[in-house]
Amino acid sequence: MSNEHDLGPIPREMGGMPLGRSAMWWVIASEVVIFGGLVACFLLYKWRHPEWSEMAAMTSSTLGAVNTTILLTSSFFVVMAHDYATRGDRKNVALFMGLTILCGFGFLTVKSIEYATEISHGFTMSSHLFWSFYFCLTGLHGLHVIAGMIALAWVTFAAERGQQMHRIELAGLYWHFVDLVWIFLFPLLYIAK
Amino acid sequence: MSHNQSFVSKYLFSMDHKTIGVQYLLVGLFMSLIGGGLAFAFRMQLAFPGVDLPLLGEVTADKYNIYITMHGTIMIFFVAMPVLLAAFGNLLIPLMVGADDMAFPVLNMLSIWTFVASSIILVVSFFVPGGAFAGGWTAYPPLSANAYPEQIDFFGTMGGHLWLIAIAVEFVAFLMGGINFIVTTYNMRVKGLDWYRLPVTVWMLLIASLVFMFSVGPLIAGAFMLLFDRTIGTGFFNPAAGGDPILFQHLFWFFGHPEVYVVLLPSLGFIAEALTTFSRKPLFAYKAIVKFTIFAGLLSFVVWAHHQFIAGIDPRMAKFFSFTTIVISIPFAFIIFSMIATLFKGQISFKTPMLFALGFLTTFLIGGVTGIYLGASSFDIYAHDTYFVIAHFHYAMFPPVIFGGLVAIYYWYPKFTGRMMSEKLGIIHFIGTFIGFNGVFFPLFFLGMAGQHRRIFNFENWESLSTPGLQNIRIFATVSLMIMIVSQLPFAWNFFRSLKTGKVAGKNPWNANSLEWTVPSPPPHGNFAKIPTVYRGPYEYSNPENPDQDYWPQDVPGKGDK
Repeated sequence: MSNEHDLGPIPREMGGMPLGRSAMWWVIASEVVIFGGLVACFLLYKWRHPEWSEMAAMTSSTLGAVNTTILLTSSFFVVMAHDYATRGDRKNVALFMGLTILCGFGFLTVKSIEYATEISHGFTMSSHLFWSFYFCLTGLHGLHVIAGMIALAWVTFAAERGQQMHRIELAGLYWHFVDLVWIFLFPLLYIAK
Repeated sequence: MSHNQSFVSKYLFSMDHKTIGVQYLLVGLFMSLIGGGLAFAFRMQLAFPGVDLPLLGEVTADKYNIYITMHGTIMIFFVAMPVLLAAFGNLLIPLMVGADDMAFPVLNMLSIWTFVASSIILVVSFFVPGGAFAGGWTAYPPLSANAYPEQIDFFGTMGGHLWLIAIAVEFVAFLMGGINFIVTTYNMRVKGLDWYRLPVTVWMLLIASLVFMFSVGPLIAGAFMLLFDRTIGTGFFNPAAGGDPILFQHLFWFFGHPEVYVVLLPSLGFIAEALTTFSRKPLFAYKAIVKFTIFAGLLSFVVWAHHQFIAGIDPRMAKFFSFTTIVISIPFAFIIFSMIATLFKGQISFKTPMLFALGFLTTFLIGGVTGIYLGASSFDIYAHDTYFVIAHFHYAMFPPVIFGGLVAIYYWYPKFTGRMMSEKLGIIHFIGTFIGFNGVFFPLFFLGMAGQHRRIFNFENWESLSTPGLQNIRIFATVSLMIMIVSQLPFAWNFFRSLKTGKVAGKNPWNANSLEWTVPSPPPHGNFAKIPTVYRGPYEYSNPENPDQDYWPQDVPGKGDK
């Protein structure tokens, strides 16, 4: 925004935190409440229906564990990217951001294989309440993975040109959140019987 | 500032917080026409069953259900929220904290257009086959989940799907706006503007945004769960499939009750500004008001189940929620009494915003007191779902939304248009609205105590409720509504006419202190020619240390200040 007057220094960090970072924490806070609501509903129902463990046994813990590993690795990559971003090393930023996005694709591929197997065995969204929750929770998480990948790609393209390097950190924060949600979902849906 | 902007980028897809605020205001006012029109339609049906209305025709049972549902939805989500929180939050926060704009102007623009999209979805839902949603504004399953389509298929229509989508999309719009409000207040205050020097309005908008953000998530999830129940046959809220309809009530009210405070708090802020300015006195107990508001904000998360006393919840739980509900009246009683104390020995001038502020104080008190009755589960079990609740609800919500909203419109109109509104028309507007409002809703307390149940479209079918005595009260309420609606005409005339012919306002027509009054009216793009420094709180009226004038703007250095 071009101002003709000299406004003097415009305050942006009265709260002691850069604008972008503080906004990202609030985005994450509001997302926590959305996921929190859904997870709380699931827990209440699961407590009431011990027989759901039969359904939970039908999920593939192996593929879930593979996906957990993929996401945790991607979080490592995004931290590396952030580290290079603080030093202004554009090439390595792009490399590690690329690796993070690749992990995102890997996660989605494994998830699609799971979905395909489950649906072909008749476990659909409307077949049983456990599967309704399963598809809602993992589906919502999957949408966040896709959104995260788009955000990562967006900031990477800018960072490659040396613009808005601080956004690497913001996208990274978001990616960690997406990762963290999965850390909750994996034991809840796959392991807990 | 003076760089050339096309019409589209200046008025339509603008990123300026003031334009966005005005857009929110205009959409909200437009939606209030629909919401008010629906209220007129179903009140006519209640007073004169079978009456043939112009345009709408006879109000059948199905139409009645649609009208009451959409009246509630529109008034809460598409009038109260956009006008009080979004419009005035956008207009006031940057100016009051001394910022050139919101922290994230693009996100802000995204917020208003997401909101416009959700409003369009909601309006379109009137015209789809089967009409708009008719399951009550609280959308309780199993009715809304369409769990028994063999018996009743009315609620499984497109209108209900669109209703759920519109609500969820709207919440996303307000989340974007809320993040902007919080970050702007937190980070963009100017030098010297400490937390306890913020105008109470900013505090209230901030706390309301936080309360909204931490309560709305579960309902966004719940809205989609209900949508899946309706469309693809999941069973989240369907007992036959192992689901639980009460769960939706929890999700709805976990948001729905804090929502009352999301709407009330900004309004309390506007009223505090008007009361101090027009009584030339500092706000009584500023810090305590802020602290009590924070306390009320926290407490608002643990009162929700008082809406569900007869839904089959555990009586021990009802006791807990009765307790918290009665406790939450303490902070608000404190705030209202502080406002009354602010008036004590003040130099009161009865300008239009002041009239509406005083109108708020007197009527909201009735809403608050009846709230304590209903908070006690023992009384609520009797009064539940009667017109007593409707009367209480409207005494608790109408004063903040309509009186509070009008305080803000009359008070800040000169700031954002540069023109004064007519005081004469303002007084006529106030008298008509105040009398009309009390005439509509006070009689409903009596109807409720007489056992009149809500959501009945024709009382002729109920022998005990169709006595001439009760029917006359209904007619009285409906006639009062007509008075109230007609009284809005001088306001509409005043609002649009004053844009051209109103007296030029100048920077500070009310001699008020906060930062928005230090910039030209209307404020230019970028707001401040020079970033101000703040030396004191916003309510230093009639301060003996400043004998020259009875107000002391926040950015004027005093003797000891540099």
